Amino acid sequence: MSVDTQAPATAAEQFARRRQSPLQRIQHLLHAHPSLSPLMVLIISCIVFTIINPRFAQPGTISIILQQTAVIAALAIGQTLVILTAGIDLSAGAISILSMLLMANLAVNNGVPGFLAILIGIAFGTACGFCNGLLVTRLGLPPFIVTLGTLSIFTAIGLLYSGGASVGKAKMPDILNVMGTRFPIGPFNITLGVLVVIALAAVVGFALSQTAWGRHVYAVGDDIEAARLAGIQVNRVLLSVYTVAGLIYGFTAWVLIGRAGTASPNAIVGANLETITAVVIGGTSLFGGRGGILGTMLGALIVYAFNTGLALAGVDDQLRILTIGVLIIVAVSIDQWIRKVKA
Amino acid sequence: MTTSPTPTATATDEKYRGPAGELVDPSTTVLSARDLVKTFGRVIGLDGVSFDLKAGEVLAIIGDNGAGKSTLIKAVTGAIVPDAGQVFLDGREVHFRSPQDARQAGIETVYQTLAVAPALDIAANMFLGRERRRKGPLGSIFRMLDKSGMKTDAGKSMANLGIATIQNMSQAVETLSGGQRQAVAVARAATFATKFVVLDEPTAALGVKETGQVLNLIQQIKAKGLPVILISHNMPNVFEVADRIHIARLGGCAGVITPQSHTPTEAVAIMTGATTLEKG
Repeated sequence: MSVDTQAPATAAEQFARRRQSPLQRIQHLLHAHPSLSPLMVLIISCIVFTIINPRFAQPGTISIILQQTAVIAALAIGQTLVILTAGIDLSAGAISILSMLLMANLAVNNGVPGFLAILIGIAFGTACGFCNGLLVTRLGLPPFIVTLGTLSIFTAIGLLYSGGASVGKAKMPDILNVMGTRFPIGPFNITLGVLVVIALAAVVGFALSQTAWGRHVYAVGDDIEAARLAGIQVNRVLLSVYTVAGLIYGFTAWVLIGRAGTASPNAIVGANLETITAVVIGGTSLFGGRGGILGTMLGALIVYAFNTGLALAGVDDQLRILTIGVLIIVAVSIDQWIRKVKA
Repeated sequence: MTTSPTPTATATDEKYRGPAGELVDPSTTVLSARDLVKTFGRVIGLDGVSFDLKAGEVLAIIGDNGAGKSTLIKAVTGAIVPDAGQVFLDGREVHFRSPQDARQAGIETVYQTLAVAPALDIAANMFLGRERRRKGPLGSIFRMLDKSGMKTDAGKSMANLGIATIQNMSQAVETLSGGQRQAVAVARAATFATKFVVLDEPTAALGVKETGQVLNLIQQIKAKGLPVILISHNMPNVFEVADRIHIARLGGCAGVITPQSHTPTEAVAIMTGATTLEKG
């Protein structure tokens, strides 16, 4: 017995079964695979940049792009988790800097063994994320306001704690700089940090797509009320997301020391917004519930490919910034268009 | 007002309750509520309401806005905790502190708000909040979801309920019509409920044809032997599927009737207080 009796097709039903235009088919394809659009942007832009300046495709250039991307990509993994729940984390970079200053100062000025200093730094980053999560879930404040506040708080704590001073590479124990270790893979020159970030992306991507926790993260961002009614403990999911994001930012501090060679309170100043840029260009929706880690990795690569590609093409610095701005708006427009997909 | 904590004491409800309103021994019912009281400050939500849900029946609860029908249902599904009164499930008294408690006891609720996550697919929505993991170390150590198993079972549940228009379980729910989305929610409830299903205004957001589909689903659930509580103020729908109709009024019960004993017009009159049920 069927609910819908098979009546002869009406005009409207025939209309519903009409052949789709190519544009509609693209819309459906992007709806099913949201990371396709950043992938296409990345491939096309790489081809164009190579045509403009063949040096773009040299292994050396690609290696540098990968090394540059690693830190922002790692932070953007945490940012993706937060944005998937329809939140936003303006304090991503600030937490990472704070963790980094803690690691370096503990190891250099307080004589804490390097490995322990790293663990304490990561734990502190996790605690910062946990604070964000508590403020969002317990006080019910909008994530934008919470993290705007903690951005200032964490930045100020970092400056107060470090006295505004950097810790140089020479004084640090080797383990703090281990992420900067370079080794060749074929013609490419890769750092350990790059590989670790790829592994981190794989782990978080797996958790998002293959575990119940990941599914709950999407459900909470998609429709928080529906998630609650389905029996998901919404606040617990949100708290876990902000805490895991903090853990990732803390871990990224280690990668950041390796990349920068020093621990400076002025490192990655623009990181807070750059992570959001990478996530959005990667096709994750600011309204939550859609997107993923693969897109974010592509988004981060696009930002740095554009930076390098436009620089090699001799484009003015300001125009590079302008181009990234255009990319953000185009990416969000595409997201809005994909959301209007019809059955 | 004062309320008595014991079930044997007289409640405001102990009057003539209409042709189908005789309260029976809770040990013979699926669900029995006795003398439920819920106040919100000075507002009286429930004023000593009792009702029975018998095996295999569709019990409709109708009433004007503010008559207490939603409060009544929330009090037996854990969404609110009643101030006084008792709830019996299969003859045993239960105290639900949250909707999760009720859900664990085998009570499933479908809400009017199309409570499905639009970007997730049908299978994910069916198993949302109770995902199954794979067998072996992939599930226990890596916590991997049994995606294909859940997809198969979601398809089976939908087919069991005769939902033939939806075939592809990996279709995102947002690509479905309102009626199909509600069908997913109803199928989820029917699949996981072991005691009874509550449908809170399930057709309020739906068109005529889609409403028909949901009413059909209610019949299917009943045919599976699962009792249903249907909250609605759509008289034609109620009279089409209900076995008994509990009329809520002003926080109390204005009577319990059947589609055979009264007409929809009479039901509306009782509901609004234009007439009252009289003994005899």
